[in-house]
Amino acid sequence: MTLPFSTFQPGVWMATAMISAVVLSSTTGEVLTAAAMKSLGDLDVIRARSGLKGAIRAVLTCPLFFAGVFFLALAFFSLLFALNHLNLSLVAPASASLTLVTNAIAGKIFLKENVDRRRWAAAVFVCVGVYLLAH
Amino acid sequence: MAKHTLTPRQYLILGLVAVCAPLGDTCLSRGMTHMPAISLSHPGALIAAVFTPWIASGIALLIGFFASYLTALSWADLTFVLPATAFGNVIVALLSRFWLHETISLERWAGILLITLGVGFVAQGPSLTEHPAPEPEREEVEVP
Repeated sequence: MTLPFSTFQPGVWMATAMISAVVLSSTTGEVLTAAAMKSLGDLDVIRARSGLKGAIRAVLTCPLFFAGVFFLALAFFSLLFALNHLNLSLVAPASASLTLVTNAIAGKIFLKENVDRRRWAAAVFVCVGVYLLAH
Repeated sequence: MAKHTLTPRQYLILGLVAVCAPLGDTCLSRGMTHMPAISLSHPGALIAAVFTPWIASGIALLIGFFASYLTALSWADLTFVLPATAFGNVIVALLSRFWLHETISLERWAGILLITLGVGFVAQGPSLTEHPAPEPEREEVEVP
């Protein structure tokens, strides 16, 4: 007998996989977007030099930016999929707080950011804070 | 790491990052809950919803958030900007307490305190990691 889709109850591993998909695609999107912006340079300077149209053109002609937006869109649809199967009170705080920590790790590894003790502490504080606030 | 201090304009952009996202989400939520149920068989109703004042304001605020977020990422590290986005949750919680007079549990006050501390930690430090510029390649001169 097959169960209707809406009555499917995911187990712990399935829930972990769904939340991991949201967190990983979101982190990839954030890192790619940040890398795109860093490659362009200060947008305020570009805007002062070439106007608002020039700044928009600079962003829209950067392939890395579109790669980032693609993964952010993927994160959004993964979130919708997860919300279809899991409770909002689990998905929203878990994905929002875990993304902060994975972004700190990815920022250090891929963007070579200097994530010192202060930033690690901030990532953990904000992670727990978001969880408490959203739960 | 070199100390990068932010200009008042850059603090304003970080403020917009923190404020626009939660306010945009709130506008979308309020707009959609006041709409009659929309079914996928009538997608035109979804497009019409975009032009209602609350939804349109929400979309405008979220566009403002994304533009400010991209601008901030062009002069600050990702690990510096992200806590600012989380601070928006604190603003919404405080607005709901003092404007809408909702009650906030002890757990949520603890969350507000932790996020504020985290943002304070990051704000005290430099906003951007200095990467050393690559050394120009030296041309080798052949000695006859």
